[in-house]
Amino acid sequence: MMTDSNRHIKRTKTGLTILILVLLCWGSAVRTDASLSSLMTGIPQMGDLLIEMVPPDWTFFSHIFDATLDTIRMALIGATLGAILAFPLALFSSSNLFPQFIVAPARFILNILRTIPDLLLASIFVAIFGLGIIPGILALAIFSMGIVAKLTYESIEAIDAGPLEAMTAVGANKTQWITFGVIPQIAAPFAAYFLYSFEINVRAAVVLGLVGAGGIGDWYNRTLNLLQYDKTSSIILLTLVVVILIDYVTTKVREQLL
Amino acid sequence: MNTNIDTSLPQPPKKKRLKGIIIFALIVAIYVWAFSGVPLASIQETAGQVLRSITNGLFHPDWDYVYLPDGEDLLRGLLDTLAIAVLGTFISAALCIPFAFWASNNMNRLRPVAGIGKFTLSFIRTFPELVLAILFIKAVGPGSFAGVLALGIHSIGMLGKLYSEAIETIDLGPTEALIASGASRFQVLWFAVIPQVIPAFISFALYRFEINIRSASILGIIGAGGIGTPLIFALNSRDWDRVGIILLGIIIMVIIIDAISGAIRKRIV
Repeated sequence: MMTDSNRHIKRTKTGLTILILVLLCWGSAVRTDASLSSLMTGIPQMGDLLIEMVPPDWTFFSHIFDATLDTIRMALIGATLGAILAFPLALFSSSNLFPQFIVAPARFILNILRTIPDLLLASIFVAIFGLGIIPGILALAIFSMGIVAKLTYESIEAIDAGPLEAMTAVGANKTQWITFGVIPQIAAPFAAYFLYSFEINVRAAVVLGLVGAGGIGDWYNRTLNLLQYDKTSSIILLTLVVVILIDYVTTKVREQLL
Repeated sequence: MNTNIDTSLPQPPKKKRLKGIIIFALIVAIYVWAFSGVPLASIQETAGQVLRSITNGLFHPDWDYVYLPDGEDLLRGLLDTLAIAVLGTFISAALCIPFAFWASNNMNRLRPVAGIGKFTLSFIRTFPELVLAILFIKAVGPGSFAGVLALGIHSIGMLGKLYSEAIETIDLGPTEALIASGASRFQVLWFAVIPQVIPAFISFALYRFEINIRSASILGIIGAGGIGTPLIFALNSRDWDRVGIILLGIIIMVIIIDAISGAIRKRIV
């Protein structure tokens, strides 16, 4: 049973947590100039914008179809390159395969890579390679490499140690060990993570064009700058359809894999 | 002694082999299509030079920018980013609760109702936060508040989904006991459902907060406040040593936040 003083301490703790949360919230609201009144006066303007977006410009679909295909290409090639690069990185990050002095630096590199936002990577690659889909592909490759490598090394660490011990017992070397003991166990989850990163890449690729990295995002910029909101809404609709379609397909394939 | 033992591997059944060939051909076709659209040899002649100045800038960051006595500096930018992520997460964590109950199979008597709720949540998820930010900039003007609203609305999609999954896995025993003893719907919710889902809710909100920190650092690229605004200025003016210090600042902030929220999540679950 809980004694009175225990209950008292618990109540004080909860109270303090709530107080800290409220203070955090209030401080953030002050810092970001959040105000309900500006939201209230702003909503009608947003309403006007939404009214201008309806109906979408249906004829615009034929213009942006190629750009949409470019976006899917970027996502697919980016995810593929990312998965290829992720594989060795994931092996080196698994503490049941390699000693600590390899695992620690590999994970450190992985963590740093995962903190860099994709749009920032894209802007840097645009500066190097110029406008187009190549910087987009490279940015997505690094972005998805981080995701796939992290998920993969977590599954490598959870694999069944039985086959590995058996192979050690019969004197297999490290390469044989990985080829016949590790890869068969993680091939299916690895493929699933690749598909998952492809799915995320499609969403990310949609906005990369905002910084000049090709694809449909480029058109977001152009139509918004020219105040052609009916065209913007057709872009939004088309990307929605593409994203839902790809999500559906990858989910089906993933279910088959696992 | 019989020496002609069949050492070849067993062949898979014909039908399975055919299926494998079709899948292989399909994958090859997809990749041929994908690579056919990539313009080769489009690398600029200046690429090497630009690359050198970028690496030079990234390894010699502009330390003076960390704190400037008057106005826009790194620390204030990061503080803004943090504030956007905190408030955005709070707003979505509060707003997504009704959506989560709407989308849970065990909270609705009719299954289609939950289905519609799930669809609504995935519809919200498909809207990129940058597009939402553009909409909110039109409404409240450029600045951090637009970023807060964009994150607040966008995160409802994911948080609502995670919350509804948490609600679907609760133990229904307490709920039934309360109904049996004549509790009202609200009392059932308050005393049987909420206590079971609170830890999961907090943990998911923290997880989303980690994602929102990353998002908030790029929202400024389109004018929605935070560290992204000085970042895009530095990128456009090819001011690589400033890009270097901002990048370093973002990486350090994200690592610290991840460590803190990871520690809190471990204690909760």
